[in-house]
Amino acid sequence: MKWTVGIDIGSVSTKAVLFNGEQVDSKIIPTGWSPSQAGQEVLERLLKPQGLTRDDISLLVGTGYGRIQQGMFDKTFSEITCHARGVHYLLPEACGLIDIGGQDSKVIGFGEKGKVEDFVLNDKCAAGTGRFLQVTAQTLGLEVSQLSALAEDADPADINSMCAVFAESEIIGLLAQGITVESIVAGLLKSIAKRISVMAGKIHFQDTVAFCGGVAQNQVLKDLLSQEIGCRLAVPPCPQAVGALGAAILGYEL
Amino acid sequence: MRAQTMAYFDQLIPSGMVMAKEAKEQGRNVVGYYCVFSPIELIEAAGAVPVGLCATKQEPIAEAEKVLPRNLCPLVKSSYGFAVSGKCPFFHFADIVLAETTCDGKKKMYELLAEHKPMIVLDIPNSSNLEDRQAHWVKQIYRAKDYFEKNLDVKISNEKLAEVIRTYNEERKLLMELVSLNKLHPTPISGTDLLKVLWGRSFQFKRDEYTAKVKELIAELKEMTAKGEGASQPSSKRILITGCPTGTGQEKVMQVIEEAGGAIVLQESCSGIKGLVDLVSEEMDPFEALAEKYSKIPCSCSSPNTGRFKLLSRLVQEYNVDGVVDITLQACHTYNIESYSIKEHLKKNHNIPLLQIETDYSDADRQQIKLRVDAFLEML
Ligand code: SF4
Ligand code: SF4
Repeated sequence: MKWTVGIDIGSVSTKAVLFNGEQVDSKIIPTGWSPSQAGQEVLERLLKPQGLTRDDISLLVGTGYGRIQQGMFDKTFSEITCHARGVHYLLPEACGLIDIGGQDSKVIGFGEKGKVEDFVLNDKCAAGTGRFLQVTAQTLGLEVSQLSALAEDADPADINSMCAVFAESEIIGLLAQGITVESIVAGLLKSIAKRISVMAGKIHFQDTVAFCGGVAQNQVLKDLLSQEIGCRLAVPPCPQAVGALGAAILGYEL
Repeated sequence: MRAQTMAYFDQLIPSGMVMAKEAKEQGRNVVGYYCVFSPIELIEAAGAVPVGLCATKQEPIAEAEKVLPRNLCPLVKSSYGFAVSGKCPFFHFADIVLAETTCDGKKKMYELLAEHKPMIVLDIPNSSNLEDRQAHWVKQIYRAKDYFEKNLDVKISNEKLAEVIRTYNEERKLLMELVSLNKLHPTPISGTDLLKVLWGRSFQFKRDEYTAKVKELIAELKEMTAKGEGASQPSSKRILITGCPTGTGQEKVMQVIEEAGGAIVLQESCSGIKGLVDLVSEEMDPFEALAEKYSKIPCSCSSPNTGRFKLLSRLVQEYNVDGVVDITLQACHTYNIESYSIKEHLKKNHNIPLLQIETDYSDADRQQIKLRVDAFLEML
């Protein structure tokens, strides 16, 4: 049997997927300080339970910022290509994807077979990234995972700062004016949705768009985004590992 | 494989610095200029050596930011920084400076620079369809002529100018012959080497030696291709570079593309072939001919800039290009805005995708550029 593994070494977490024509298993661990160590470790955790070793794997494919680990991978692809391929496998009806990551956000449009046609990345600043949510949630003394529930029925406050640093002082100002935490959280999510929709406007989406990354679990943000963009958003199963899955599939198809 | 003749071009700019000093000691006049709009034939016809002053290094930017705003194109900041810090021998040894009213950043920077060197600023009309454009340009060429004659104490004759025009046309033809070698696949010369040759053109004092070396390079490259050797792989995607000028010292985007396995075929920018594709007419009156040629530079400072669209259309076809990378410097509004229209144009008419890379001269964004470039090459 032919096995391939895709490993996506991101700045926050390292994801791995085992593939043999179908996704067999996946693992996610924190990247920590050593991307290469994280890569080795996740591989071991993925293979052991299956009774496999490195020699059983015909192709080890790397992606993510840590893909440049010398010598570890047989082949590497950018996370853009891998995300598109992974999403296309899981949601064949999607024509593109939005990935809100910890450090950057991506909007990718793809065609048949998940081949990338255009993409927009935001990684020069925190605006529209998970980092923005993290920093602003901290200001409010909250966890990112709490945000969706809090914002559910709230009336979004107007938040204009896209910069995480300035948003922090804006939030403090709003709190001082007596605006509720719920409204502020809803406002924050709305400002992210707006920002991402501007990026998405550059790619001409028609139908269903996949929503990936850890933040995709936030239902309120998902609804706001789909309103802003005017497309149906679908969250693929295990949205964090689509890049690793895509890498494994690309390797399998080589 | 790299041509051995490249060794000459590797040392062109450093040795140009030494020669700038020697030229001054021998009593030669040196005229600095900044832009492809500058009619350099006129400088040569005035018996002076034209040297390019556009700076593309990060190093002097901190010095420039003491005066200039941070949020300004790095080319403007770097040029100013080199000029005022005294670290650029070309600026230092220039007797006078020829400038031009192109983008706002440059225009206003020249006002500050005028305190450091005598300079003439040519008035370049921003609308490319100004009715009396040719007449206006002719006036500007004569203004420059008068300024040179007065300040360098020379006379510029019609004959001398006509002769320089012929020589420069030959040089342009030769350089285009070199560039055209990259119509072959795999490409015989890398994009960064081609940049070195073309960029070096504006920093050298022995034009005969330079053209002889270009001929040698062409011959060597032809030999290499005959043996099946090239600068890229048969599988390499063919990339055209467009956008803001990219000089040596700042070729990081081009390096990233080549490291990722892309073949840079040529550059449609000022640092590439923008100023080389059109010759100066040898039939017309030489002053009128100069005006005509330089008024047609397809720079984004002109509006509308239809010339760039036409040129790109021609190049992507002639050079069989797979994808276009548009290098935009931060805070360069004209190229930044035009990127959208160029992208649409290429997609609609040629089904060729464009990747815009917005960057500056620092090395901080190399990884981010790499991700975009890798993804772009994978999608082609
Ligand atoms: S881009 Fe335009 S303004 Fe800048 S150097 Fe080239 S011609 Fe001059
Ligand atoms: S790159 Fe743009 S902003 Fe910078 S000098 Fe050239 S035209 Fe001006």
